[in-house]
Amino acid sequence: MDQGRRELIKGAGAFACGMLLLTVRNAHATPATMQAAITSVFGNAEIGKGRVTLDIPTLVENGNTVPLTVSVESPMTATDYVKAIHIFNEKNPQPNVIGIHLGPRAGKAGISTRIRLADSQKVVAIAQMSDGSVWSDEVDVIVTLAACVESL
Amino acid sequence: MARPLINVPPKAKRGQVIEVKTLISHVMETGFRPSSIGEVLPRDIITQLVCSYNGEEIFRADLSPAIAANPFITFHTVATESGTLTFTWTGDNGFSESGQASITVE
Repeated sequence: MDQGRRELIKGAGAFACGMLLLTVRNAHATPATMQAAITSVFGNAEIGKGRVTLDIPTLVENGNTVPLTVSVESPMTATDYVKAIHIFNEKNPQPNVIGIHLGPRAGKAGISTRIRLADSQKVVAIAQMSDGSVWSDEVDVIVTLAACVESL
Repeated sequence: MARPLINVPPKAKRGQVIEVKTLISHVMETGFRPSSIGEVLPRDIITQLVCSYNGEEIFRADLSPAIAANPFITFHTVATESGTLTFTWTGDNGFSESGQASITVE
């Protein structure tokens, strides 16, 4: 009988956690909306892994300012350069973070900035080369204090 | 009000890749945050930063509410000739701010 009660409490706990996760998920963008945003920018281009390095802390204390650096391997010559770099997230209210447009005059393809993260989630950086090929890198980030939840 | 800070090396060798750092003070209100009385504050962000080197556009960034307050953006460019780099920030509610930095190329 004791065993039964224990199971029941465990089950109720799991259910409550599940409900909490569901409600939290619904308030934000989802991986599907991120995928839609990626498709709207790059079309159905095949996205390869590599050449892009996304440098972002994997454990973030304050989601209001998260330092982020993206760099892309490219010779950056007049014929072979990085055209654009876009950054997306899964669970902020909107999937887009930043989109930058470069030319061969950049010399080195990469940017640093500070972003907001509303939840622990995956951040994806995607770069488009001048020859049309598309490359990406992704990092899972754990956020302890989320952005956008309280007024400052 | 929103005075931008721009950091460009004052001197560079021809063909050298230089780092350009920009910072501008702006709240970057997301449009999702409630105010102290519970109403959602309307969106007020900088949407674009454009940098031109002697009149030619070399860098453009489209920003979103996911960029932290006081947008800080660092990028690179090749020092091709002496001149000025012009930076223009534009945003919601008619926000527009620009700044310049000069560079001497040897």
